[in-house]
Amino acid sequence: MTLTIENLQEIAKTETDVLESYRYRINVCVAAGCLSCGSDAVKASLEEEIRRQGKEKACRVRAVGCLGLCAVGPLIDISPLNVAYQGVQPSDAPDIIGSLTGAPVSRLLLPTDHPFFSRQKKIVLENCGIVEPERIESYIAAGGYEALYQALRQMSPRQVIDDVTASGLRGRGGAGFPTGLKWTTVYKAQQADKYVVCNADEGDPGAFMDRSVLESDPHRVIEGMAIAGYAVGASRGYIYVRAEYPLAVERLRRAIKQAKQLGVLGENIFNTPFAFDIQLRLGAGAFVCGEETALIASIEGRLGRPRPRPPFPAEFGLWGCPTLINNVETIANIAPIVRRGGDWFAGIGTEKSKGTKVFALAGKINNTGLIEVPMGTPLREIVFDIGGGIPAGRRFKAVQTGGPSGGCVPAQFLDMPMDYESLKDVGAIMGSGGMIVMDDGACMVDVAKFFMEFCMSESCGKCVPCRVGTAQLFGILERITAGDAKIEDIDTLKELCDLVGAASLCGLGQTAPNPVKSTLRYFENEYMAHIRRHHCEAGVCAMGKAREDTA
Amino acid sequence: MSTPSKSPAEKMRIATIWLDGCSGCHMSLLDIDQRLVAAANRIDLVFSPIVDTRTYPQNVDVCFIEGAVASEEDVEKLHLIRSNTRRVVAFGDCAVTGNISAMRNRFALQEVMQRSYLENATHQPRTPDRDIPHLFDKVRPVHAFIDVDLFLPGCPPPADAIFEVLSALLEDRLPDLAGRVRFG
Amino acid sequence: MTSNASIPPKPRTDVNPARIYTLRINGREDETILTVARQNGIDIPTLCHLDGLAERGACRLCIVEIQGSPKLYAACVTLVKQDMDVITDSPRIRDYRRKILELIFSERNHVCSVCVVNGNCELQNLAVKLGMTHVRYGYLNLTHAVDASHPRFSLDHNRCVLCLRCIRVCKDIEGAHTWDIAGRGIHARIISDLNQPWGESETCTGCGKCVQVCPTGALSEKGKSVAEMTKRPEFLPYLQMMRKEAEP
Repeated sequence: MTLTIENLQEIAKTETDVLESYRYRINVCVAAGCLSCGSDAVKASLEEEIRRQGKEKACRVRAVGCLGLCAVGPLIDISPLNVAYQGVQPSDAPDIIGSLTGAPVSRLLLPTDHPFFSRQKKIVLENCGIVEPERIESYIAAGGYEALYQALRQMSPRQVIDDVTASGLRGRGGAGFPTGLKWTTVYKAQQADKYVVCNADEGDPGAFMDRSVLESDPHRVIEGMAIAGYAVGASRGYIYVRAEYPLAVERLRRAIKQAKQLGVLGENIFNTPFAFDIQLRLGAGAFVCGEETALIASIEGRLGRPRPRPPFPAEFGLWGCPTLINNVETIANIAPIVRRGGDWFAGIGTEKSKGTKVFALAGKINNTGLIEVPMGTPLREIVFDIGGGIPAGRRFKAVQTGGPSGGCVPAQFLDMPMDYESLKDVGAIMGSGGMIVMDDGACMVDVAKFFMEFCMSESCGKCVPCRVGTAQLFGILERITAGDAKIEDIDTLKELCDLVGAASLCGLGQTAPNPVKSTLRYFENEYMAHIRRHHCEAGVCAMGKAREDTA
Repeated sequence: MSTPSKSPAEKMRIATIWLDGCSGCHMSLLDIDQRLVAAANRIDLVFSPIVDTRTYPQNVDVCFIEGAVASEEDVEKLHLIRSNTRRVVAFGDCAVTGNISAMRNRFALQEVMQRSYLENATHQPRTPDRDIPHLFDKVRPVHAFIDVDLFLPGCPPPADAIFEVLSALLEDRLPDLAGRVRFG
Repeated sequence: MTSNASIPPKPRTDVNPARIYTLRINGREDETILTVARQNGIDIPTLCHLDGLAERGACRLCIVEIQGSPKLYAACVTLVKQDMDVITDSPRIRDYRRKILELIFSERNHVCSVCVVNGNCELQNLAVKLGMTHVRYGYLNLTHAVDASHPRFSLDHNRCVLCLRCIRVCKDIEGAHTWDIAGRGIHARIISDLNQPWGESETCTGCGKCVQVCPTGALSEKGKSVAEMTKRPEFLPYLQMMRKEAEP
């Protein structure tokens, strides 16, 4: 039996009807953030309480994806009341259920008119917190798999690619390569076997965008991959997801199984000749496997080490076949683009950076969590309006974007629009969307040292500049933070940054010096204070130790 | 021949010193043989393990430093040399890279002391605790502490290379070491 | 053989006669910048490259500039293309190469004076060739072991530069795949079989190819003292040529 659009609509209608038969839908966030502070127990106690109060016919508890404001989880959201609660404990269940008909529980109330919610624009995350990630019906009710139907039945592969090109979408993994161009290259490759790979090996410290999408809306990724497969002429796809994301893995497994059962994956999808199958591959903890050639090696069962490019995976990828590799967030943008057209997407954002961007707010910021804003949103708005500013009345110092490959953006650029070009101009990068906010308690030399240590221990060791260069850079930073450095070490630091960036084999090494370069650019005075006066302004570095060895 | 930079009355003041090394580089210096005799009337060896001066003089033109740096005492000597010498030559692999002296860097200092003074001692095993300078954990080359003007690698550097450096210094030109030196 | 083989080729007039023709196999241009440069007497320093082994592009000593690109390319893995304008030697490249070599020297414990291949070492020769007189970076002083468990050979990790020639020759030429790599970054090291002593390896055939291709004194024959060993990696292209000729 093949799936038709009527089947799809029927599933959607049934799902919607069932949901609307309940007067109240209580949506409990079961993404990793809330789950880790006990949202599963909250959900169980809410269900128990509903049974106890005999409200099974009126209330339904749903396990939904990320509601965004991870800082104050577990979060729940009650529709159609438009009431959201924060920090919910299982013991709150009687009050919550009891208050459904009356005034909301004020002590738990989360103001939904807060800029955190009102200033966001959701495309990638539009289903997060709305659909139930473990049920395909819920995704279909939200318009899921319609874009796939539309692509397969009403569009040629060329048209799909044209739409993606017209949208102006750029790779969300960090480098910002035009997605349409990548698709075109794979599409044009004259080979029977092609592959689509979803890069879900999110590894930047402080980044959790992809994890949230996979946990909250796994079908969105599957649909995007299938559309990509149709567009470029691939019939097999791999999702390379890190094993440290067990919940994402579990939900993806379930979603793939459901998609196969329903027929949106498999042979003759929507009664067309198109066939598509997706397999999961788990990463074993190496950061470098997020680099596409290392990722390919890892999928093939070889040592996860990068190889020089060219040839690029779009020409010579998995098992030598043309391979399309896109990041989770990039793929999650595909279904909406197909559904609403490339021009719609191109109408959002800035001239060169289209659409929205998901950021993971972390560090010294009040509203830790996941947000999605139009490209070009000023940093100040993100940090102070949406993010709620810096806790404990401290001063904003800088924000690190792009993790260990990125750089810091100091306070003087707070009014800068967040887009690929502006970030590059100030020496940072868009990166995958991790945003670590630092207050005046952060020592920038220490920050640079942290990221360099990360790069050093994640360097695969294949090429010399990265393997030894990062170790040398770390050694110098360690001496500076210990108060054992000489003024000439700054020159060596700069010179090594230049060498490692220019001569390394892959992106890991080429971008590893960025945190040092950007902190040197804006906070050289801190480096100097460490070296000349053995003074760490932020009081982070323990100076004066380990000084016995040098004169 | 180019004219010497100094008149015969003003001989070039040369010093050599031996830090943590085996003196092999000094042996190689002597291997210059009869050419040394010819050079002798143009140089004045003002400080060296092979002359009888105790204090490092001022206003030295060139100092050849043999050996790696392993103690506070070595560092003191280096600073004294640097502030009283026009050109400093890192003389031989120990001075240039640490070489044999630095092979102990892979072990903790205490292990090294234990091995040399206790385990391998055949007479009165005892770790020296006085009269010797405090040793660093890691042995490092000369340029880790002071600026070096010329690196003359080799274990030891060949006599020809040493002679070329001497000649170049006397003639006030850059030595041509291409093909004459290597590590080891 | 097709009959075309006997027809003499037409003289080409449509191309610049001074241009280097590239070999096309299955539509791919399969000659690297390194190969073409060496064919034309242009020297590019290399370390992980060895004639007869698969390329890795890992030591980065053979980096070259290509006009019009800000990036640097490893000559051993970059294929020549029509109208490519390559610069194999410039002050910038020379400076980078010397620094890369300094990094290699700073990583492990390369004490030439007490090495079995002193005087016959590719690393030592590179230092001379690239004018590297000293290492400005601090030595990492990592502790590495010596594996002397094999009856005829020994492995000194202290002298290993991780070029992985041994792995490639063992896997691709000898077909034994005794060697592999464990660990990451500066902790990466060569291992035999499943990280057991070389002497206990069940796959090692004792052919000694790895010893011959090793550019430094990391792999050596036992019984040889300081400066007594010379490596002869030249056997490799011959071996491959003979094998090819022996193919039916």
